[in-house]
Amino acid sequence: MLERAIEGIRGTGHRVVNGVWRLGFASRFFLATLLHSGMSFRRFQLTIKEIYFSGVLSLIIILVSGLFVGMVLGLQGYETLQKYGSESALGTLVALSLVRELGPVLAALLFASRAGSAITAEIGLMKATEQISAMEMMAVDPIARVVAPRFWAGVISMPLLAAMFSATGVFGGYLIGVVLIGVDEGQFWSQMQAAVDFRQDVMNGVIKSCVFGVAITAIALFEGYDAPPTAEGVSHATTRTVVTSALAVLALDFILTAFMFRGL
Amino acid sequence: MPSENLVEIQELNFTYDVRPVLQGINMNFPRGKVVAIMGLSGCGKTTLLRLIGGQLKPSSGQVQVAGQTIHELDREGLFRMRRRMGMLFQFGALYTDMSVFENVAFQMREHTDLPESLIRDLVLLKLEAVGLRGAHNLMPAELSGGMARRVALARAIALDPMLMLYDEPFAGLDTISLGVIGNLIRHLNDALGATSIVVTHDVQESLKIVDYIYFMSEGRVIAEGTPDELRAADTGFVHQFVHGEIDGPMPFHYPGASYAEDLALDAAHA
Repeated sequence: MLERAIEGIRGTGHRVVNGVWRLGFASRFFLATLLHSGMSFRRFQLTIKEIYFSGVLSLIIILVSGLFVGMVLGLQGYETLQKYGSESALGTLVALSLVRELGPVLAALLFASRAGSAITAEIGLMKATEQISAMEMMAVDPIARVVAPRFWAGVISMPLLAAMFSATGVFGGYLIGVVLIGVDEGQFWSQMQAAVDFRQDVMNGVIKSCVFGVAITAIALFEGYDAPPTAEGVSHATTRTVVTSALAVLALDFILTAFMFRGL
Repeated sequence: MPSENLVEIQELNFTYDVRPVLQGINMNFPRGKVVAIMGLSGCGKTTLLRLIGGQLKPSSGQVQVAGQTIHELDREGLFRMRRRMGMLFQFGALYTDMSVFENVAFQMREHTDLPESLIRDLVLLKLEAVGLRGAHNLMPAELSGGMARRVALARAIALDPMLMLYDEPFAGLDTISLGVIGNLIRHLNDALGATSIVVTHDVQESLKIVDYIYFMSEGRVIAEGTPDELRAADTGFVHQFVHGEIDGPMPFHYPGASYAEDLALDAAHA
């Protein structure tokens, strides 16, 4: 009994120490990525290539998801608003929901699943097949050459993807509200224009998506770089990327929303 | 005046956690020679190669390359040194998102300001040396194991290194590829005027191409000599290793309880 208790305490201690160590390593890794970012801008074609893989190849899933989310918002919003005779505010509801919350958050969750997991798997496999070691032996810093361009590509892609998600979402809401149900088109667009504030709503959404981009890409890169160089290690790291990124996005969204929209 | 040895290892010890991996290693690698480090899997050969390349730091002792102590170099110094080294990894470690041409051009583009036309000529020259000029447009996934190893070799010699490190260059190759890689190691070393260190457990191929051999077992050097001297060894571990005998000083059976005990035969007879 006593032995089991001691074993339990030892296991907990080991997990805590391991967790603190990983957090420290992750912080140093993030700092090193920022410090070695010069090459990502001097040789911007490296970053452009990664923007293609992270951003452009995520476009389909982002656009299709945005369209469906906007259509669902149109249906649900109309259902609720008509009870109060306010169906003309459908455009406002769809646009504000998307630019403030759903656009940045859902695009970030999709980005984490599609691009984040791919980044982790790629870096993990590069490590497992000694490509990272080979780069070090060729006197090329893998943080500067491999990690930093992917980091900045993620940071640049994320707000653009979120903006496209919101735009297609608004179009989806228009299709359902105006084209299908018959809400007045003029009211749909004019009320939206009047209610959505560029700085308060749009810019705050952009800031959110930038922060999500930093968090997801940093997590994905760290998990890949820290993955044990085995098939099982890469597989676990990929799973951890998606789970940790999703939780980080939701937690950061709460914190940012609390500060931005005077909730606190 | 430069030392006769390009690489000198003195009283080198390396411990992983608490497990000693290398103990009291002393080795010299003369300029212009091809030297093999042989031994069974897990005897510390690859660790030794990583210590020479500065990927690991020794627990005690030192590795000197061209008169400089590797573990005392800062990151800049280490990178300057590595630009004069080439390393062939066990399975090539080619960049899978780049073509054969781009893999070989990688170091030239990273470390030099050569114009693209000159890089093209140099890359084709290196690929010609390993017999794969015609494959420069292929992707790594389209290459056989032996071809990938040759492309990796062309990439490793891209900047004409003074020191070449080979980590198990013969692993998993068919007999023809084995001979090709063996010949390339020897000929490229002589053509470049480099020094080569080959970590391997492939005895027969290595004995054909190297000038000197160190035998390692359990983290120590247990024998050394020229290929002829080691072929003539008639007793002990070296004889067993060179002639591929299944039993000898290195037993066939992993230590454990007796077979009868494991099968509980005593209890059955009682």
